[in-house]
Amino acid sequence: MSETSSTPPTKHVSAPPPRMSSPSWFAWLILLGFGFLLFQGVQTAEISAERLWRGMNNLVIFLAQAVPPDWSDLDVIASAMLETLYMAVVGVTAGIILSLPFALLASRNTSPYPVVRVVARFMIATMRTIPDLIWALIFVVAVGLGPLAGILAIVLDTIGFAARFFSERIEEVRPGPSQALTASGAGRISVIFGAILPETLASMAATSLYSVEKAIRSAVTLGLVGAGGIGVELSTSMRLFQYDKAFAIILIVLVAVIGFEQISSAIRKRVI
Amino acid sequence: MSDLSVIGLHKYYGKLHVLRGLDLHIKSGEGVVLLGANGCGKSTLMRCMNGLETVQAGDISIGDQVVTQTGGRALRHLRRRVGVVFQQFNLVENLSVLQNVLYGAMGRYPGGILRVWASIAPTELRSKAMDCLERVGMADNAGSRCRELSGGQQQRVAIARMLMQEPDVILADEPVASLDPKAGREVMDLLWEVVRERRLTVFCTLHQLELATAYADRIVGMKAGEIVLDSKTEAADSEHLADLYRGNTRVDAQPATAMDDTPKNGITAHDLEAS
Repeated sequence: MSETSSTPPTKHVSAPPPRMSSPSWFAWLILLGFGFLLFQGVQTAEISAERLWRGMNNLVIFLAQAVPPDWSDLDVIASAMLETLYMAVVGVTAGIILSLPFALLASRNTSPYPVVRVVARFMIATMRTIPDLIWALIFVVAVGLGPLAGILAIVLDTIGFAARFFSERIEEVRPGPSQALTASGAGRISVIFGAILPETLASMAATSLYSVEKAIRSAVTLGLVGAGGIGVELSTSMRLFQYDKAFAIILIVLVAVIGFEQISSAIRKRVI
Repeated sequence: MSDLSVIGLHKYYGKLHVLRGLDLHIKSGEGVVLLGANGCGKSTLMRCMNGLETVQAGDISIGDQVVTQTGGRALRHLRRRVGVVFQQFNLVENLSVLQNVLYGAMGRYPGGILRVWASIAPTELRSKAMDCLERVGMADNAGSRCRELSGGQQQRVAIARMLMQEPDVILADEPVASLDPKAGREVMDLLWEVVRERRLTVFCTLHQLELATAYADRIVGMKAGEIVLDSKTEAADSEHLADLYRGNTRVDAQPATAMDDTPKNGITAHDLEAS
């Protein structure tokens, strides 16, 4: 045995911190609350082996009826899918254009007055917090059934999402260049467009592309509440138990969404 | 006329007394270097000079215009006459070199950015920007993006932008502190050359004593928010200069704990330097 290992550990002036520390009362409270909700949740779902078994059987019956998919109405499905894409493109374009002023008003370094900033932030948060399906329900009441309701829902959903990310990026821009232009006597608007926005373009392009993907996914479901697009066809054929037609629609949706995500991520790679 | 004068200047950040009664007069065409340790209030003084900070007492004037009493349009008008060179260059890195130089002229035209955007700017403005780039030896890089340039090159472009502004007075805040010694020398040479050519008034903060003595007509020293040294460069002796960096140099150091670096009022001397 070497001499060093046999010597007792050196006495330190101050002891090291304890190996474990008890969580705070706040952490205990959160844990307790979470545990309660989890337990109640499982109870409410009424999970039983018998129900799961029955569900599995129904699923097999659905699949048996759905395969092979019924392509006889392909022209109707295709035009509905096209309508969905139009809704997404129009909605997201309007949404992105409107996001920019919202983001500028909501960012610390570009907002003219603190009050404006608070109001803009609140509006953006509202648009984001209310889900797109609920916006669609509201707009169906306002403008009637059809794609316009869906487009409006996508516009608001896009602003809620994109304006927030734009604004976060705008606040991250380093202050130096704006300061330099201000110091040379440039006006506020010129500084925003000359020094702040050019630094954020790449990130905004990426956010916009992601918004397009998001809009296409939500455009598909908006039809379920009658706001236009392929969702209308899907919900009709499900209700009429035409599972084979529904399956064809689902496959088309799958191909379109995956295809679009591929294109969008390819563009994003080139931008960044 | 482009005399620079500071009379009885006081500046507070909250309770922190940063500038403690400064008096300074710089004649038109004079090159003055300001020395001082980190956190002594140099950068704050520079920022007050073109109205980027408001002051609590005292006056700063450039020529016959009082900076501390103007605001809005008049202040912007005044800022056009004051070119600033920054430690961090402060170019818009995503844009081309030419675009950044054109930005120097932005304050001069009512259209602002619409007038100086590289794609639509008038030909004579574009060729003037190229002249400025020619002067700093960066004309070959006019089309590159600023982020592709080295630090020394970026500072040259920043000087070209400053020339484009056609200022009477130049404020340079640590213009070479982010550069290596060789690039720093080159930038200082260039800056002083263009300044002499155009007979501009310069007020420049520096960290290195040897650079200060090599370039300045006159050296001003600050310590803990006060001007403690003001003399012709030839007359400034090294003992006095070295004394600027000894003892209680910071504005945020309390007398009892003179060597303590803890921030007070949440503002550290580092913030003062960086801002």
